[in-house]
Amino acid sequence: MALYLFPPADDPGPSFVELLRRAHPGVALPGTSTPLAEVRQATTIAALRYAGGVVVAGDRRATEGVAIAHRSIEKVFPADRFSAVAIAGAAGPAIEMVRLFQVQLEHYEKVEGAALTLEGKANQLAQLVRDHLPMAMQGLGVVPLFAGWDAIRQTGRIFTYDLTGGRYEETDFHATGSGGRDAKTTIKLGFREDLTRIEGVELAVESLYEAADEDSATGGPDPVRGIYPIIATVDSTGFTRLEDGEVAERFAAILARRGTGASGGDRR
Amino acid sequence: MTMPYYVAPEQVMKDRAEYAQKGIARGRALVAVAYGDGILIVAENPSRTLHKVSEIYDRVAFAGVGKYNEFDQLRVAGIRHADTKGYAYSREDVDARSLANLYAQYLGQVFTHEMKPLEVEILVAELSPTGDHRLYHIAYDGTVVDEENWTVLGGEAEAIASRLEQAFATDWTLGTALKSCVACLAGPDRTLGIDDLEVGVLEKSAGRRAFRRVERAELSALLAA
Repeated sequence: MALYLFPPADDPGPSFVELLRRAHPGVALPGTSTPLAEVRQATTIAALRYAGGVVVAGDRRATEGVAIAHRSIEKVFPADRFSAVAIAGAAGPAIEMVRLFQVQLEHYEKVEGAALTLEGKANQLAQLVRDHLPMAMQGLGVVPLFAGWDAIRQTGRIFTYDLTGGRYEETDFHATGSGGRDAKTTIKLGFREDLTRIEGVELAVESLYEAADEDSATGGPDPVRGIYPIIATVDSTGFTRLEDGEVAERFAAILARRGTGASGGDRR
Repeated sequence: MTMPYYVAPEQVMKDRAEYAQKGIARGRALVAVAYGDGILIVAENPSRTLHKVSEIYDRVAFAGVGKYNEFDQLRVAGIRHADTKGYAYSREDVDARSLANLYAQYLGQVFTHEMKPLEVEILVAELSPTGDHRLYHIAYDGTVVDEENWTVLGGEAEAIASRLEQAFATDWTLGTALKSCVACLAGPDRTLGIDDLEVGVLEKSAGRRAFRRVERAELSALLAA
């Protein structure tokens, strides 16, 4: 570890990624190591806008092929105080990408003395996904979902990405990963412009329930082990992760509503 | 061929030290004290945007006096060191001591080998996870001092230090510590208002990132209380 001083022409500025490239050519950035045959996959994540912010949700299951590799992996993270990032795809590089993204945002904030705008953060993440393209081409794709509070527009905003680093803004909601289609349909059916925070959280919980119901790679609520999906909200006061107990109550409410006698077929 | 005049090394060092001291003495001073809930850093600084006090890492703060461009370059280098170290190892592995040593080496190197020494004095403050505080005061020539409870940097440091030594108490709260620090900085003949001050704290009660700036509204409330 050294004191990093650079000549003006070679100065990395407030970019942590550029700093790593210059200072530690040996540190593997996401997107530069060789893939393995069977890797852990993180599955369903979803985000939706409500009147005063955004809800971001993700189940807890990681799979390796048809096996459950991990029951309590985390896929929803605070990117900084006013934004959240959720991941689907190859878990290893995805988690590393989130770690780098978090440091990148904080590094910028400290060096410059002011945080990036939400738009700026979304573009930074796009660059990280783009840098990961070589690994994505070998089957280790990472597809993050980025959401946060835009202090300039005073609204919650959601950004999605594709494997090439393409960045797309969603107007109201999005879900991705293996159970993403089911989650997205559920949100689509229940979405309104004027959802409150609680209603938004309930809709996110329901979308994960439906995804877990239809997709084997998506984990549902696990009351036996006390493992519940992660639900977080971002509003003008910042990132808040809901307590497990609160999420458990919402799932219990769904189960109570649907009855406990369902044994297959279409009974809901 | 002309030969350069011989100048004794003692004289060279003396001249450089004098040059650096003069530069530092022209700037305004800064004090840092440990109080009940953390570390308080109060700087006399009329600028709202060119900071003397700033965040390096979760529990580490930086403060500098003297030439702004020189200590700001050190601040950025410190953030770079801390962020790379925390990313390569873990966040808990980042500490003030190793950063203070790096600063000391760099300042010492510049002092002995370059034409012009850096006209700065810097402070690396840390609130360790166990709640202990560390204050490393580093001078323009690379001298490091591990201060006990308080330290003064910059012009008129001796006068301010003697006032602070009289005033210091271990049971200070944020409000009492702030008022005493401002009084010590100002001295008997002046008063300092919120427009002349820049204040930062490392707080035990804060979450992961312990540093925060005490902004104008809170500052005037604390000083008026």
